[in-house]
Amino acid sequence: MPDVVVIGAGVVGAACAYYAARAGLEVTVVERGSVASGTTGAGEGNVLVSDKEPGPELDLALLSNVLWRELAELGGFEFEAKGGLVVAETGEVQRALTGLARAQAVEHEVVAPEDLPRYEPHLATGLAGGVFYPQDAQVQPMLAAARLLRHGAPELRTGETVTGFLRSGDRVTGVRTDRAEIPAAAVVNAAGTWAGEIAELAGAPLPILPRRGFVLVTEPLPEPLIRHKVYTAAYVTNVASDSAGLESSAVVEGTPSGTVLIGASRERVGFDRTLSIPVLRALARQAVELFPVLADTRLIRAYCGFRPYCPDHLPVIGPDPRAPGLYHACGHEGAGIGLAPATGHLVARLLTGAETGLDLRPFLPDRFAGETS
Amino acid sequence: MTYDLVVIGGGPAGMAGAAAAALAGLRVALVDGGPRLGGQYFRHPHSAEPLRGRFPRLRAAVAGRATVLARHRVWTVQREDDLLAVHCLAGERDERPRTVRGRRLLIATGAHDRSLPFPGWDLPGVLTAGGAQALLKGDRVVAGRRIVVAGTGPFLLPVASGLAGAGADVAGVYEANRLTGIARRARPAPAKVAEATGYALELLRHRVPFHAGQAVIAAHGDTGLTHVTVARLDRDWRPLATRTVECDTLAVGYGFLPQLDLPVQLGCATRPGVDGSPVVEVDAGLRTSVPGVYAAGEATGVGGADLAEVEGLLAGRTVAMDLGRTARPAPALARRRRRLTAFAEALLRAYPVRDGWRGWLSPGTLVCRCEEVPYARVLEARDLGALDSRAIKLLARPGMGWCQGRVCGYAVACLMGEAPQPPRRPIAQPIRLGDLADQPEETP
Ligand SMILES: Cc1cc2nc3c(=O)[nH]c(=O)nc-3n(C[C@H](O)[C@H](O)[C@H](O)COP(=O)(O)OP(=O)(O)OC[C@H]3O[C@@H](n4cnc5c(N)ncnc54)[C@H](O)[C@@H]3O)c2cc1C
Repeated sequence: MPDVVVIGAGVVGAACAYYAARAGLEVTVVERGSVASGTTGAGEGNVLVSDKEPGPELDLALLSNVLWRELAELGGFEFEAKGGLVVAETGEVQRALTGLARAQAVEHEVVAPEDLPRYEPHLATGLAGGVFYPQDAQVQPMLAAARLLRHGAPELRTGETVTGFLRSGDRVTGVRTDRAEIPAAAVVNAAGTWAGEIAELAGAPLPILPRRGFVLVTEPLPEPLIRHKVYTAAYVTNVASDSAGLESSAVVEGTPSGTVLIGASRERVGFDRTLSIPVLRALARQAVELFPVLADTRLIRAYCGFRPYCPDHLPVIGPDPRAPGLYHACGHEGAGIGLAPATGHLVARLLTGAETGLDLRPFLPDRFAGETS
Repeated sequence: MTYDLVVIGGGPAGMAGAAAAALAGLRVALVDGGPRLGGQYFRHPHSAEPLRGRFPRLRAAVAGRATVLARHRVWTVQREDDLLAVHCLAGERDERPRTVRGRRLLIATGAHDRSLPFPGWDLPGVLTAGGAQALLKGDRVVAGRRIVVAGTGPFLLPVASGLAGAGADVAGVYEANRLTGIARRARPAPAKVAEATGYALELLRHRVPFHAGQAVIAAHGDTGLTHVTVARLDRDWRPLATRTVECDTLAVGYGFLPQLDLPVQLGCATRPGVDGSPVVEVDAGLRTSVPGVYAAGEATGVGGADLAEVEGLLAGRTVAMDLGRTARPAPALARRRRRLTAFAEALLRAYPVRDGWRGWLSPGTLVCRCEEVPYARVLEARDLGALDSRAIKLLARPGMGWCQGRVCGYAVACLMGEAPQPPRRPIAQPIRLGDLADQPEETP
């Protein structure tokens, strides 16, 4: 009998399994599809500290940033510590950006307008400056998830769907799947955008909803034009927005395969995959506004995914008092890749009864008490 | 201007559909990516058809009745309330975006070569069978080349006889299937028999040897092709004995895959065709599952030009009737479609792709040429927890490059032991970011 069953083999489930296994627990991962077949397979791979307001999420991001660098040493997936450049269109925005950077108290360099070309030679002219965050990085999320599972070596059961829980009174004592019953001392809900359904199965609902995002991929460029992650200040406000309508503020970057990634939009439209021309147009416009040279670059692919979204934009991490034995690690919205290692690390510490070293209260499932999903 | 019907694809199906609908009084636009009408089939200079005048006849039927928009490559189709918006890139060098709208849409986008990977298939000199036809059609010289034609399917014969007729030295045709009992199973129409006999005679005249149950399982050369390994195959296409054949060109094709990007974008239901590849599901009137959207030709199942034309005619008439025009019933056409479909399906069954080709691969064989993904990396992705071809793509990148899996998608699906899935390509043609940024706002 495993000590822990992790539901979901996305990047968050993989990180939970990895750290739990390293803490000496026997871990089984149950995944209804393939490794990374959920939202992780649609993620861009930003590991950002720059876009977080000061507070609990930034603390989580900073911890994660350190842990990603450690994990990268394991090898087998791309990790680029390339840094992020946030640019401002106007002087007023630039002042707000520098103010935010000071408040975040993370490593950064304020960049004067005339210095922008030193960072990004092809950047549009006429910008009012920017802030460079050296800690921002890029990871290939699918391979990273697969490799973490390989290194942690949990039992991996793909193509198997969790359909219910084993209970003893209130206590969760394992999961029931479409193939078997798997008793375990603890269960981790890392089902991403579908974590609300899992929570429902346990009779402990969570308000997790999909927030759609499109990513554009260009043809491979013969030589890299873009060195860092580059985005406008509008991104920071969009990430934290509550609007259901379309918001987009492109993060533009080059990848090792030569393609340019432009993403991502944010919309709450349920699980609808239909290509939206207004979304594509908005992303393309922003990319070309940032890098006019891209106007002649061809788009060859567009894809979308559904971020697991909570009303307060914070992930759910921690034990569920309504179902003792059940731990949540979900609802990371547009930052699950970035935040996965810290989440896995914290969940492993909770499972082994160790000190977490970080105030978990803002992330606990109890915070939704009184809400219905 | 809004058309009653927009037809995508200027091959026999699309031309016939446009002509039939226009004859019934509809305002029709016929959109095609190529510089002129004809599609794949009528571009074959060596098929007997154009000489017999079917193409001129169809072209004449379309001309003056329908608006022909050549050099319009469709990158996406979208529903806009009651209309269907066909988003194109028009022109060659200075392409510009252009949207054509219609009350009805007929998708007749044909098929493309079905490829299987094998060691050396990325060498210069290795072409698809369809690519070899293009070589013939263009001004590129084939005379003097020493060419091997290989793969499976009835299309190999016209390719080989065309190449031989143009002066190439065709070293041999290698058909992987054994073709026992085809004539009995397919019960071909007399015209088909004559056509096939014509190719066979042409091959005989040029002393081109035809080998059934044999395949090219590897291509060799340093900078370009110098020779191939030919194998005698067992029933499952496992090599029994091999030998070397010298050549500088290899034309290889394993049948065709319907081009389904656009119907899938619109959400048209598909089903596995008799050869396992997905095809658009249509009713007897060629209506797809999506209201207002019709499909004809190879998109509904690979069946050749005759069937494509019949389906186009039927589809054009259905559209006219659905828009309130009167059209006399055409039981003869419907019967003809059933007969040709039965024949096409019998051929597809006679020329299957057998699993043994997987054994031709070595760990270093590229499965995806665009992203240079070797077979070993596919195996590794499977080992890491990928159950299906989509997961393989995410972990190992086959199908992520220029061709977006049009070349390798079928093979990767087979390697994963799954039936090929309908392609999800929301962007059917590369589009410049500048053009996308300039899309008009009113597009809903
Ligand atoms: C377009 C887009 C761009 C993004 N870009 C970034 C970015 O740059 N940086 C970043 O940090 N984040 C980004 N994100 C967000 C990020 O992708 C997610 O936050 C993250 O992938 C969530 O990981 P997860 O493991 O929680 O969920 P998932 O990857 O969705 O994993 C959950 C898994 O659970 C499985 N599952 C569900 N139900 C069951 C069941 N009943 N039984 C068994 N298994 C089940 C699913 O199949 C799935 O594989 C982006 C998201 C989108 C949509």
